[in-house]
Amino acid sequence: MVARVFVTLKPGVLDPAGKAVEQGLHSLGFEEVSGVRLGKYLEFKLAETDPAKARSRVEQMCRKLLANTVVENYRVELE
Amino acid sequence: MKFGIVVFPGTNCEQDVYHVVHRVLGQPTVFLWHKDRDLRNSEVVILPGGFAHGDYLRCGAIARFSPIMDEVIAFAQKGGKLLGICNGFQILTEARLLPGALLQNASRKYVCRQVRLRVENTNTFYSRAMKPGQELEIPVGHGEGNYFLDDEGLKRLEGEGRVVFRYLDNPNGSRNDIAGVINERGNVLGLMPHPDRSAEPLLGSVDGRLVFESLLAAA
Repeated sequence: MVARVFVTLKPGVLDPAGKAVEQGLHSLGFEEVSGVRLGKYLEFKLAETDPAKARSRVEQMCRKLLANTVVENYRVELE
Repeated sequence: MKFGIVVFPGTNCEQDVYHVVHRVLGQPTVFLWHKDRDLRNSEVVILPGGFAHGDYLRCGAIARFSPIMDEVIAFAQKGGKLLGICNGFQILTEARLLPGALLQNASRKYVCRQVRLRVENTNTFYSRAMKPGQELEIPVGHGEGNYFLDDEGLKRLEGEGRVVFRYLDNPNGSRNDIAGVINERGNVLGLMPHPDRSAEPLLGSVDGRLVFESLLAAA
């Protein structure tokens, strides 16, 4: 099983890097862009075949290490 | 008073702290490797600045799970005095020993310069040698010192007088100009500025020495 984890900044948390990307897009002429938020993407294999168990384990990983829930949200996809 | 300085791979301010507490202030001092499981009877534990474990994932996120951190957390929970400077502060927030998180500087730039701070609470182990409202000059050197806490947490922190140091010239975008905070029990303090780099006249300021002298005064 493969896990894909998306870690994103919570709304309202300042994202200086996202702002830099947004400015870069504007300077390239993509003026329609606003609200860029930069996040993290992680992908890894899991030696687990039960989707419910896998999800519960990956969510534990997110809460303990992969995301800082003070400022970040996470989303898990399993395949 | 015995000081223990925790060294992670990537820590780079342990000698600065050692110099101040041992050579300048004459205290017995030991280095504690991050894989140790013994604080060797340290009465004060310091997490110094640097880039522990390369600051991968998030600053302090990996260091927070180094083996010694079990001992450090247990020490803090028993009321032991624990000071996190710069990267050490980031590790303390990741370990949830202090509230909030340290984000990338609003300017996106690494700032390395002298800043001015105001002492907001002198009733702590780390500030009792200071005068209320005293202004300090202490250098910062960080890319992720932008203190964030949600509105509710901030209100509580301020209400409880737990903002110990506040920037007079905010270098990083920290909410409420926060430079240093203490935990509810009053034994764990984290701050982004480096008192270890401002404890001798040769370095341009001796104000940082007051943090260590406060600890000694509390003994």
